[in-house]
Amino acid sequence: MPDIDYLNSVSKQVRRDIIRMVHAVSSGHPGGSLGACDYLVALYFEIMDHDPANFSMDGKGQDIFILSNGHLSAALYSVLARSGYFSIEELASFRKLGTRLQGHPGTDKGLPGVRAATGSLGQGLSMAIGAALSKKLNKDSKKVFCLMGDGELQEGQVWEAVMYAAANKVDNLIAAVDYNGKQIDGSLDDVLPLGDLHKKWEVFGWKVIDAKGNDMQDLIKSLQTAISYTDKGIPVVILLHTEMGFGVDFMMGTHKWHGVAPNDEQAAEALNQLEETLGDY
Amino acid sequence: MTQSLIIEKKSTRAGFGDALLELGERNPEVVALCADLTGSLKMDAFAAAFPERFFQAGIAEANMMGMAAGLTIGGKIPFTGTFANFSTGRVYDQIRQSIAYSGKNVKICASHAGLTLGEDGASHQILEDIGLMKMLPNMCVINPCDYNQTKAATLAIAEYVGPVYLRFGRPDWPDFTPADQKFEIGKALCMKAGHDVSIFATGHMVWIALQAADELANQGVSAEVVDIHTIKPLDEEFVINSVRKTGCAVTAEEHSVFGGLGDSIAQCLVRNIPLPLEMVAVNDHFGESGKAMELLEKYGLDVPAIVSAALKALERK
Repeated sequence: MPDIDYLNSVSKQVRRDIIRMVHAVSSGHPGGSLGACDYLVALYFEIMDHDPANFSMDGKGQDIFILSNGHLSAALYSVLARSGYFSIEELASFRKLGTRLQGHPGTDKGLPGVRAATGSLGQGLSMAIGAALSKKLNKDSKKVFCLMGDGELQEGQVWEAVMYAAANKVDNLIAAVDYNGKQIDGSLDDVLPLGDLHKKWEVFGWKVIDAKGNDMQDLIKSLQTAISYTDKGIPVVILLHTEMGFGVDFMMGTHKWHGVAPNDEQAAEALNQLEETLGDY
Repeated sequence: MTQSLIIEKKSTRAGFGDALLELGERNPEVVALCADLTGSLKMDAFAAAFPERFFQAGIAEANMMGMAAGLTIGGKIPFTGTFANFSTGRVYDQIRQSIAYSGKNVKICASHAGLTLGEDGASHQILEDIGLMKMLPNMCVINPCDYNQTKAATLAIAEYVGPVYLRFGRPDWPDFTPADQKFEIGKALCMKAGHDVSIFATGHMVWIALQAADELANQGVSAEVVDIHTIKPLDEEFVINSVRKTGCAVTAEEHSVFGGLGDSIAQCLVRNIPLPLEMVAVNDHFGESGKAMELLEKYGLDVPAIVSAALKALERK
C-alpha cells in the first residue's frame, strides 16, 4: 500500500526546493513545476521501477521517464536528487555557470537521471516512443513514461507522435499531460484552445484516463490503472488536471508565475506555506 | 572522355540501400526509419529483410527524428531516411535538440541532395543542408562521391559513435572508386596528384573535378583533385599540405556557396595558409526543374566552370 502521507511530505519538500532554487537565481519556472510536482513524486517514489544508484543511459531493465516540457526542470531535478540520483546539495547549483542542472534538462553534462535534452517543446513524446520501441526490441518489459505540458500540445509534432503510437500499438508507454489550462501568454482557451482534449486523444486511438493531478491518492490510483492498461495494444495517456502554482496560494489561479521567480519577500511568504519535511538542501 | 564509357553508372542512394541491408545482417542493433520514401531511399530491401527493425514513420519527419533519438536509449543504432530537404531544414530543431544536443547516436541519411535530383525542382533541391548540419556541435557531415564510396561510408558510420549526417543523391552517376575501399571518416582522399592547383571537391562534383583536371592537363596545368567526403571534421592537415604544394585552390560542391565545403576550406586556409581560393558552388540561388546535367551546367557546376575557376586561382598566385 502506498504511504500517501509520506508521498505528500515528499511533495512538500520538492515544492520548497523549487521555490528556493528559482529564487536563488531569480529565474526559472515555478508555476508549472509546483503544479506537476505531485505527479513526478508519485512516479519516482511509488510507481516507477528504477535504480537511482545505477543510472545508465540505455535504461535497460528499468522504467524510464522523459520530461518533454523541459521548463519544469526545477521539479525534475529536485525529485531526481530526493530519490537518490545525485546529492541534494547539487540543487544549489541550479542554473549557475558550470552546473549540471541546466535551465532546461540536457544530457551533455552527465547529470544522472536525464536521458533527453528537452525544452524546445513538442519533442519528448517522439523520444519516448522511440525508447518504448527500443524496449520492445530488447524484450524489456519495463515501461516508458513521458510528461508533456498542455500548451505543448499546440506543437504539430506531438500529433505526429500521437498518431504513430496508436497506429503501431506502442503499448508500453504511458504519456501524461499537465492539464493546467495555462500557458505563457494566458489561458489556453485564449491563446489557442485545445477543444475536447479527452475526446481528441480518444479518437486518435489512445486509452485516456483523467486524474486529479494534485491529489496523491488519485494520482497513484490513476497511474496504477494506466499500468493495468499497458501491453494491450493501445497507448495510454493520463490527463492530469492540475493547478499551476499549486501549494503557494498567490501563485495559483494565474498564468503569471509560469516563468517568473519570486523576490525575497515572495519567496519567504511561499516557504511559509510549505513545511520543511525532509530537510532543505 | 574514353574513361567514362567503361565506368558503370549507379546512384549513390543505391550504395546506401545496399549497405543498409548488409548492416542489417551484420549488426542486430541497426534499425531504420523512413518517412514514406522507402523506395526512393532504396531502403525496401532492409524493410523486407528486417521488418521488426524497420519503422515506417509516414509523412511525419519531426516525429521520425525524435523516435530515432529515443531508439538510441535502448542501445539501437537508428538510420533515418528521407530526402535531404526533409532530413535537415524541415526538422532542424528536432535534430538540434533531440539528436545533436542530446548526443544521440543517430545516422541521418539524406538522399536527393542538391540540384541533381532534377525535375522536381527547387522545393526539393536543398542547397543549404551541409551548412545547416555542420554548424551543429557534435554533428559529423559526410558527402560521398559515388556508389562504392556511399556504401563504404554507410558501413563506416555504423561503427562511429555519435550523430552523423550522410548526404547522397538521386541520379545514376559514374562509380569510379574501388568497391573494396576502406572508408575513413575525416580523411581526405587524393584522387589525382598535381602541383599547380588543388581542387577540393565533394559528392557528385568529385567526378566533374576529375574531368576538369583532364581538361586542365590539356592546357598544361597540373591539378590535384582531392575528394573531401567528410566535410566535418575536415582533414585540415591534408588541405594545408596540398595547398602548400600547389599554391592555390578551388572548391567544388553541389551546394550553396554559403556554408558548404567552400566555407570550410576558406576558413582552414585563412587561418593557416592564406592563398588564392575560388569556389564553384551555387551562388545564392534556388534551383529549378530540369535534367541533372542541364542544371549543373546552368548553375555553373560543370567542367568549364571548374576549369575557369582553376585558371583564375592560378592567375591570382
